[in-house]
Amino acid sequence: MPVFYGTAVESALMLGTAQYPSPKILEEAFRSSEAGIATVSLRREERGGGDFRALVADLGAKILPNTAGCHTVKEAVTTAHMARELFATDWIKLEVIGHTDTLQPDVFGLVEAARILIADGFKVFPYTTEDPGVCARLVEAGCEVLMPWGAPIGSGRGLMNEYGLRVLRAEFPDQVLVVDAGIGLPSHAARAMELGFDAVLLNTAVAKAGDPARMAGAMAGAIRAGRMAYLAQPMEPRDMAAPSTPVLGRAFLA
Amino acid sequence: MRVFVNGEARQTGATTLAALLEEQGFGPAVATAVNEVFIAKAARAATEIQEGDRVEVLAAMQGG
Repeated sequence: MPVFYGTAVESALMLGTAQYPSPKILEEAFRSSEAGIATVSLRREERGGGDFRALVADLGAKILPNTAGCHTVKEAVTTAHMARELFATDWIKLEVIGHTDTLQPDVFGLVEAARILIADGFKVFPYTTEDPGVCARLVEAGCEVLMPWGAPIGSGRGLMNEYGLRVLRAEFPDQVLVVDAGIGLPSHAARAMELGFDAVLLNTAVAKAGDPARMAGAMAGAIRAGRMAYLAQPMEPRDMAAPSTPVLGRAFLA
Repeated sequence: MRVFVNGEARQTGATTLAALLEEQGFGPAVATAVNEVFIAKAARAATEIQEGDRVEVLAAMQGG
């Protein structure tokens, strides 16, 4: 099971709380996902709206607030401080967005914001690209967790650069690695875990499925399978066939 | 005086952030910033509000 900044979490699935058809379906999806961490955000308070905090408190998952939508270091840092007070946690999923269409992280701003927040006592979960140089800077800044994207947020395209993710796993054996964003199918999530990633963070793939609770269960199963496969040390692929049934003792019947 | 609360112009008689929140009907489960600077809950009563201040009042919401 993954350990985030000293806190062991039962499940390798981190699940977002946005875009579900209803609060009831959100709760059902969380139950069947058995997710150990729920991501949340902060938005302008509409007076008279229900307290979403109470709903997420009942999900039985640890809360990870994000800085989604922040395009500058200042915005992200201020949002993180507001999240720390509101959710009473020093965990922050740090997003500093650099490009509107792809929601690609601004990695320069990300590293700067990570430095500031870690100095302020935050435990930073940075949403980053799979660039090993950027990840090295984040580790230098004090990040114990790295969260490279699989593909753009909400795109469901899977692991666009599997090679890059494999390189990260080899380069950072001691960091907790999470594929954050781009997962569309259970096979994508399983693949991330087969590569040796510690966890997968997803939202849209479950929330926008026709049956979110069923898809949440499928994701949970895929993530468990992928993790077991990684620990079981898979065989190396080869180009030519190799008979699995013994050749010795075969009858002569030709 | 006139201040901006979550981007909307509002008339207020409040002189502190704590009083403004109460006057405008916000509950306790919010986080605040004035002129893009985070103001902790404990500092709201001592934070004076000036004409034209930009006040952000945020609450927990769904997120990915």
